[in-house]
Amino acid sequence: MDYLILIFQLIIFPGFLFTAVIGLVISWVDRKVTAKVQMRVGPPLLQPFYDILKYMIKETCVPEGASKIFFLSAPLFGFAAVNVAALIVWQSIIHPQAAFMGDLVVVLYLLTVPALSLVLGSFASKNPLASIGGSREIKLIMAYELPFLLAVLVPVIKTHSIRLADILGAQAAVLAPSGILALVVAIVVMQAKLALVPFDCSEAETELTGGALIEYSGPALGMYKLTRVMLWVVMPLFVMVVLLGGINLNNGWQGILAGIGKYVGLVVVAVLIRNTAPRVRIDQAVRFFWGKVTFVAVAAAILALMGY
Amino acid sequence: MSFATSILTKSLNVFHCAGSPCNNCDIELLDTLTPRYDLERFGITLVGSIRHADVIMLSGVFNTKALIRAKRVYEQAPKPILVIALGNCACTGNIFIESYNLDAPVGKHIPVDILVPGCPPKPEAMIAAVAKLIAKLKGK
Repeated sequence: MDYLILIFQLIIFPGFLFTAVIGLVISWVDRKVTAKVQMRVGPPLLQPFYDILKYMIKETCVPEGASKIFFLSAPLFGFAAVNVAALIVWQSIIHPQAAFMGDLVVVLYLLTVPALSLVLGSFASKNPLASIGGSREIKLIMAYELPFLLAVLVPVIKTHSIRLADILGAQAAVLAPSGILALVVAIVVMQAKLALVPFDCSEAETELTGGALIEYSGPALGMYKLTRVMLWVVMPLFVMVVLLGGINLNNGWQGILAGIGKYVGLVVVAVLIRNTAPRVRIDQAVRFFWGKVTFVAVAAAILALMGY
Repeated sequence: MSFATSILTKSLNVFHCAGSPCNNCDIELLDTLTPRYDLERFGITLVGSIRHADVIMLSGVFNTKALIRAKRVYEQAPKPILVIALGNCACTGNIFIESYNLDAPVGKHIPVDILVPGCPPKPEAMIAAVAKLIAKLKGK
């Protein structure tokens, strides 16, 4: 019976279906805000749903000479990882008292897997542009993981626990000086993890024409897009749980409204950065993350150790 | 009208395949994608990779060498795929029809779904062509 409940939670609520629907609506918000910034009308509300459904009816082409197994299974790794990450992060909000719903370290690893699956798929496709995209993605992962870990370390230092429910319950990092610095770092890293414009080096529409995803078509491409869409939910939610106090469900509609406000705020910040910044080169991105961002993250961790 | 066709008409990704054009049609195509006409309203976006495409826009005269590449692009596209011939050159061969290096029009070699005449066609003409293409798919 427990297994049935777990499967229900993974597939319908709050796992795959719930997260995917929220993510598709949020990706519509992203496209609509982008359209408004560019003084356009923008797509209709159901456009992201049509896009995903359309990928499902298209043919999947496997390029000649590509590694068929890795090429077709790579999207599944990222998709599976983001589903489990969604389940763990949502459960830490909805049922904080559950026996073991995973901790911080599990989520950090799971959030790296979508990017790694992109690397795997791009190298398996035997396309030179995809290889460039894949190698850029690897460099980007190495660049942003260090400051992200340091930023996430701040609430861990403050609460002396790596359980998401404990961090959420203590809310030690919310509005503390170190917490604010860590939040800034997390927002910048979120931009890179979601592959949004200043750091979309791996997909570079103009010079790599789709980059890592160039050879993907049909359902396999749809799966990557769905993974990206679900990351739009999981990443801001994870940042909220760790650094902003998550969503308080015990406080009636005010708590829920405040939670939705925080989430939409994080998304709008990401969309506005995406629309106003030009893409950086990969060497600039690595220097930025290992230089300024890591410096701020180290400062946040030291402040947290000193008790601020 | 099947479910697949109905979904396809709502989300069209356009891939631009230029075969030795004079660039006028290409400039007009880029104009069509500017905020003034805003094709994203209808779910139409320009993509860089043929694997992501639902529509191939052919522009220019496809001479002997460019035709080989265009055929290859058509074969690489995931099916179902639609083809639009953009401008007089792609529709008929235009003034180059007598050239020694040309087997015009391109529709002889690649199954073209709709022709957009004009030298170059206006953005409005292209939008009208896409609307007619959608109506044709829906069987109206």
